[in-house]
Amino acid sequence: MELLIRNGFVYDPINDIDGEKMDIAVKDGKIVKKVNGRKARKIDASGMIVMPGGVDIHSHIAGGKVNSGRLLRPEDHFRDYEPKTSITRSGVGYSIPSTFTTGYRYARMGYTTVMDPAMPPLEAKHTHEEFNDTPIIDKASYPLLGDWWFVLEYLREGKIEECARHVAWMITSTKGYAIKLVNPGGLEAWGFGHNVASLDDQVPYFCITPREIIRGLCKVNKLLNLPHTIHVHTNNLGKPGNYTTALETMKCVEDLADEGKPAIHITHCQFSAFKGDDWRTLESGAEDIANYVNAHSHLTMDMGQIIFTDTTTMTADGPFQFNLYQLSGNKWTNHDVETETSSGIVPFHYRRKSYVHAVQWSIGLELALLIKDPWKIFLTTDHPNAGPFIAYPKIIAWLMSKKAREKTMKKIHPRARSRSLLPSIDRELSFYEIAIMTRAGQAKALGLKTKGHLGVGADADIAIYNFNPETTDPSKKYKALRRAFKRTAYTIKDGVVVVKNGEVVKNAKGATIWLDVKTSEQVKVTEEMKRRFKEYWTVEYENYPVTEHYLEVSRPIVVKADV
Amino acid sequence: MMISLYPKREFKFPIIAECINPEIFAGKKPEEIAELNVWEGNKQKTLGELFKIEETQKTNPSEGGAITIKGDVSKVKRIGAGMESGEITIFGNVGMHLGEEMKGGKITVHGNVGGWAGSMMKGGTIEIHGNAGSYLGAPYRGSTEGIHGGKIIVHGNVGNDVGNHMKKGVIKIYGNAGQFVGFHMHKGTIYVQGNCGDRAGACMKDGTIIVGGFIESVMPTFTIDSLKKRVKVEEGEVVETSFYLFLGDLTENGQGKLYVSKEKNPHLSHYERFLK
Repeated sequence: MELLIRNGFVYDPINDIDGEKMDIAVKDGKIVKKVNGRKARKIDASGMIVMPGGVDIHSHIAGGKVNSGRLLRPEDHFRDYEPKTSITRSGVGYSIPSTFTTGYRYARMGYTTVMDPAMPPLEAKHTHEEFNDTPIIDKASYPLLGDWWFVLEYLREGKIEECARHVAWMITSTKGYAIKLVNPGGLEAWGFGHNVASLDDQVPYFCITPREIIRGLCKVNKLLNLPHTIHVHTNNLGKPGNYTTALETMKCVEDLADEGKPAIHITHCQFSAFKGDDWRTLESGAEDIANYVNAHSHLTMDMGQIIFTDTTTMTADGPFQFNLYQLSGNKWTNHDVETETSSGIVPFHYRRKSYVHAVQWSIGLELALLIKDPWKIFLTTDHPNAGPFIAYPKIIAWLMSKKAREKTMKKIHPRARSRSLLPSIDRELSFYEIAIMTRAGQAKALGLKTKGHLGVGADADIAIYNFNPETTDPSKKYKALRRAFKRTAYTIKDGVVVVKNGEVVKNAKGATIWLDVKTSEQVKVTEEMKRRFKEYWTVEYENYPVTEHYLEVSRPIVVKADV
Repeated sequence: MMISLYPKREFKFPIIAECINPEIFAGKKPEEIAELNVWEGNKQKTLGELFKIEETQKTNPSEGGAITIKGDVSKVKRIGAGMESGEITIFGNVGMHLGEEMKGGKITVHGNVGGWAGSMMKGGTIEIHGNAGSYLGAPYRGSTEGIHGGKIIVHGNVGNDVGNHMKKGVIKIYGNAGQFVGFHMHKGTIYVQGNCGDRAGACMKDGTIIVGGFIESVMPTFTIDSLKKRVKVEEGEVVETSFYLFLGDLTENGQGKLYVSKEKNPHLSHYERFLK
């Protein structure tokens, strides 16, 4: 099928196109140079913004943890439900929507690729089952490998190449996309009721430190030539004074970066940028982090922006979730995923009138505005931890309009307001920069070559927003901006119009992207490994890997490793 | 203005009709009211398709709008949800979520009511002359948003979990109540004139529960405090018999007061030795 999108204001940062009025031609799900103007279906995008389909680098949308969250929070479904239509299925959930609703809502906002950032390898099958039921969007998942016993043992013994081969086997057999580290070392320690407090604390029984894990897996990532960097949720997350840990984590891989290429992704950095000794003296550490990031090029990060609403926090960081339960007194769950990782869930309400929450809100925006290069920081809410993903248009409005920020500032805790750096920041992002933060930069950081841009050969994932940048000033008309980004005029996925005027018009299937890592020498599944599976896991080795036929729409990316 | 609604037929499927609300009806002609949307099962219908709507002159126009429903509406949910003023009178049985999140006004039911009546309410009055289902004045499952005010009076019996997470207000039950009365209660008063199921006041932090009838046992996490001759339910209503006063729930460091009638519960007399 051929498609011609005419006269839109195109923002395509990867190809240096900044609001130019031009046509985009689509054929068979790909962007092409031109199509037959008479035969092709035409979409009139005049007076509208045309961007590549959105890419979300970090959003918990599927898997065991997300599903436990759904079970834990019936009241979350009661508030927000969508009736079935002739095309879409019904669904419920505000902060943890059901799989179908997740797909529809992302598509309505113009997002077409979403990464689930925390898949315990043991729950890989569950995650992929939910992916199969998440329509329209393409998705991928990062297996949690930072506390996996085999990795810890290889790294302790300094066997980087063996570790790399093992990680390659793990990524391929869980059908994952990148190496995820959550509170490296801390989760293993949590299995024994402890945590690690700094990068140089020893993990009990493993004689290894978080620094060694991060550096080791960073080297592994390089040896395997994985498209994304290591994806790190720092130690001490959510504790006052933790910005020093975040800075140390960034510093510890400085020497491992190749010229100009990132070596580490610090995720939901807002939660790792707290200054102060305790909750009363909490301050923003955004300036220190931004100064460091502005001076270095070996890292990328995402915001984890707070939204003032009732949401559900869920991470693999078990000890952090336990602390959050003690702080909030809310209901909670905590789980030790055998030898792999841990996890926890606590419902949480971020309130404007809370000093701590208001400071957190300010930190996220300060990070995004003080870091000069939008290719280094991306827009996320760490859905659903800091807020549900449906709030992205709100964040876009805050980033593009000082007026919108000031309006929210008026309503937050007065002490947090007086300490915030935001009033001194005049920067208002342009659509070009927003396109980088919401799609181009994320696709580049993920190494997705056919996503996040509209060049010839790219996947025809396109979002068209009904907002005229020539006649309307986004910094003044931020409400119109919010409306436009909430529901696209058109979302096109693989060359097919899936959303029109904010309504889903076609129930397409999205693909599951995974890495097929080819090592020169296959990892040997030894008797020793099988014995340990028998001894330590509830799942036998034979049932552990996810086979390809498990994925409804499988899209492997072949990676040739150096080992 | 007063509007009367008569169900046109026996309803088979659940109906969600939060539009039956005096403020939404206010200023509308019966023809306009008939156009309001409701859900019957998974089909969207108009109110006029399900109900005969009549306008009758109201004798006292100063009190705001009034709605009268005559007939069985036990499949109809969310009647009066979010109402702030006016009056709804129902002659017949009513479905779930009656007066959910209501802030003012009055609902009177001459019949039985389903679950979650007065859920999350903030003000106003609900009076039920029949029985009520479970979760009376309780939030939806999983939520901690108990009632923040208002008054619920039931002249019949009620089911389990009355007044979960209650934060303010009064619930009076002149019949019997099921298990878990005042579970996780924070403040407010629940009066059960009849018998009461087990685990009354479990996890309560504060507030008052008065049991005028038989209760099989008091939870072990409550301690006896004293004997009282009379207990005040609310302004103008005092119960004059002797009560055991228990304090708890100690697992939550609670300060809640659980009054249990001495006369109806001779099997609890062994607690008296702790009073000496």
